[in-house]
Amino acid sequence: MRASLSTDRIDRAWIVDRIVQVLMFLGGISAVVFIVGIFVFITREALQFVFSRFDVVEFFTSIRWAPTSTNNATYGALALMVGTASVTGVAMLVAIPFSLGAAVYISEFATGRSRETLKVLVELLAAIPSVVWGFIGLTIVNGLIIDVFDVPIGLNVLNAGIILGLMAAPIMTTIAEDALKAVPDRYREAAEAMGATRWQMIRRVVLPAAKNGLVSAVLLGVGRGFGETMAVLMASGHSINLPTSPFDSVRALTATIAAELGETAVGSDHYGALFTLGLFLFLITFLINLTADVVVRGIRNS
Amino acid sequence: MFAATDRNRTNDRIQRRYRNVFLGMTLLLVLPVLIILGLLVVRGGPVLTAEFLFEFPKSGMTAGGIFPAFLGTIILVTMGLVFSVPLGIAAAIYLSEYAPDNWLTRSINLAIINLAGVPSIVHALFGVGAFVIFFGFGTSILAASLTLAIMALPVVIVATRESLQAVPHAFREACWAMGATRWQTIRRVVLPNSVSGILTGVILEVSRTAGETAPIMFTGAAFFVPFLPQTIFDKTMALSLHLFVISTQVPGVPEDFPYGVALLLIIIVLSMNALSIGFRTWLRGRKKW
Amino acid sequence: MNGSESILDVRDLSIAYGSKTVLSGVTLDVRENEILGIIGPAGAGKTSFLQAINRMDAFNASMKVTGTLNFLGRDVRAWRNAYALRRQIGVVFPLPVGLPLTVYDNVAFAPRLAGKRSRAELDEIVERCLRRAALWDEVKDRLDSLGSLLSGGQQQRLTIARALSQDPVLLMLDEFSIAVDPVTTMRIEDVLKELRQEMTIILVTNLVQQARRLADRTAFFLDGRMVELGSTESLFNGETLFPETRDYIEGRFG
Repeated sequence: MRASLSTDRIDRAWIVDRIVQVLMFLGGISAVVFIVGIFVFITREALQFVFSRFDVVEFFTSIRWAPTSTNNATYGALALMVGTASVTGVAMLVAIPFSLGAAVYISEFATGRSRETLKVLVELLAAIPSVVWGFIGLTIVNGLIIDVFDVPIGLNVLNAGIILGLMAAPIMTTIAEDALKAVPDRYREAAEAMGATRWQMIRRVVLPAAKNGLVSAVLLGVGRGFGETMAVLMASGHSINLPTSPFDSVRALTATIAAELGETAVGSDHYGALFTLGLFLFLITFLINLTADVVVRGIRNS
Repeated sequence: MFAATDRNRTNDRIQRRYRNVFLGMTLLLVLPVLIILGLLVVRGGPVLTAEFLFEFPKSGMTAGGIFPAFLGTIILVTMGLVFSVPLGIAAAIYLSEYAPDNWLTRSINLAIINLAGVPSIVHALFGVGAFVIFFGFGTSILAASLTLAIMALPVVIVATRESLQAVPHAFREACWAMGATRWQTIRRVVLPNSVSGILTGVILEVSRTAGETAPIMFTGAAFFVPFLPQTIFDKTMALSLHLFVISTQVPGVPEDFPYGVALLLIIIVLSMNALSIGFRTWLRGRKKW
Repeated sequence: MNGSESILDVRDLSIAYGSKTVLSGVTLDVRENEILGIIGPAGAGKTSFLQAINRMDAFNASMKVTGTLNFLGRDVRAWRNAYALRRQIGVVFPLPVGLPLTVYDNVAFAPRLAGKRSRAELDEIVERCLRRAALWDEVKDRLDSLGSLLSGGQQQRLTIARALSQDPVLLMLDEFSIAVDPVTTMRIEDVLKELRQEMTIILVTNLVQQARRLADRTAFFLDGRMVELGSTESLFNGETLFPETRDYIEGRFG
């Protein structure tokens, strides 16, 4: 018999494997480190403001965002929140029907080459940078709104909503299409065997089965619209306002940070207030993402 | 009999109507964007000359070219890759090849989802708080590219993990059974067969980071820098920020200038995406098992 | 020819996945240079038994192994370097696995792991192992084509060549004929008959007659336990005390 027990010793390959495992683990854990880091470093900069000047009631109920006022600086974020919400709302009105419609068409009607082409086109749309979308809002959509609705300024809720809707739609289409594709074909076959038309099959069988995926597509779209910065900054008109019509200009939470951070002194109240806005945004998007994840997990378990 | 065919015919008509409604929605989603792109090409195309690309801006950015911004974007994107690609690949290898199914792995996955979902302006605030101030890099190429890298990390992780998991488990078991360690298995069999998928992810990352504005505007990109950066602690101009600046902040810029910059950005981003899509299609057609 | 020395000594082995026990209370020994056949219907725990021997439970967190498995006189779980243990044991899987490497690299994989670098030495090993696996003549002109693109029967012989390249003390085959054609099956059986001169073989098989043709002794597994172990001759001559064994051998179930 070969004396083989002698090979049982810790060799180079064994050691290398251990070292690599540790390195890879560090890579994996880095994502957690970064997300915690984001929270910690933003909180760190916001802290002084939160303890010295921050007023919860004012923050959530006042529409007066006047951080640069020399004798009466106020930090009411209500108008900014309403601005973000109104723009996101219009964006969803644009994006939900079109992206879900497109997802249904691509998944249930289109075949072969046209299906592939549409998917590629949608994917390319998702790649257009937000500053380019902002520029499109600033020039093309602005002009269109002025001409069509005969209003003096086209930079408003409607403009930013349309732009955001177009931006969010491709991602929502992709996720919704994934959700529809995940519905097993035997459901469709069963429905067809019972004599259902294509549309009856989609409405009664496919859409209900894909419900969770569609909801999470919408949620991620909302998250995207909520967090979008440059496009909203450029297309919304960026003026503090509680909008009463889609033709009013508004200002969004994200855009406020982008527009003002460059002009504040590190450590000032205004600087701290902007980081507080950032913390608020971080927590809200964290919640939205968490919810979307739980909803998606719901699909996998069912 | 006749009644039945009649009903079929009605059904067919209804069918077609629904089909057309959904086709219409799809086209309404795609067409406006194509028209907009066409407009950008018409107005921005003539601007994009060699001089425009390779000259410095003149007269307060109202004349001349965009060379420092063009170069700055290339530098930022490249350095972002240098930081994020090794880290992202390591994270993906850990998740796909080593991670047990426990709470820590679930936290990592959740962190990745959130890293991808956090607004870009929040990433910018993090970059300011961490790199610019805490680590003392100042507003610099280093701080900006680190911020970009963290923002793009999920793209690399997700693409890499997907292509690692596309390698059948049976190959791993066969290697393990021969006495290969996990790492030997990864290096000799798993990675060589997923490297093209990883590359696709990297190209996608380039396209994502090239157009980003918010994360770099307070961490390292500047409105105007009269010279090219010398070290990674210098500030730089960038195409995306330049587009924002000349379309909103500077009076007297020739009307077609921003169209040219927007078109250039779109060309960069779309060609990177097309490359990655083409790569993916080519991969699908190439059978290795 | 059959040495009586035992190279693998299994005592009271039990295997569970989570809370589900798939094998319990197995005690048997594998003797040097024998072919030990293991027969039994699907779900009897045969594959898990093989995986416990070469410590594949290290790659599957839910697989729990209890009992002792002395291989070459040391419990496999007492081996400090489980990779070195696996290098001693060749495995052939139910479904052929040609790695997505060239045919040459497939066979040179294990020798390279063992630190062999010289081209001449590798050339010699590749040719010898492919010849022994009855594959050399079919692939000698395309050693640089992908092993994963060979036909199923060729891939299974490639897997055997790969196992042989480890120069194993123990060769374990898990239902190797399940996905290959009858001609390949017969060729591999001939290979195994020759190999028993040099190594010990555990042959898990779904074909009762294959065990009869090849095995010196045969164990019958059923529903997570070993019903009996005896010489193949006695088992097939009806000298069994267990009606389940007779029923299975005669094809009444399974």
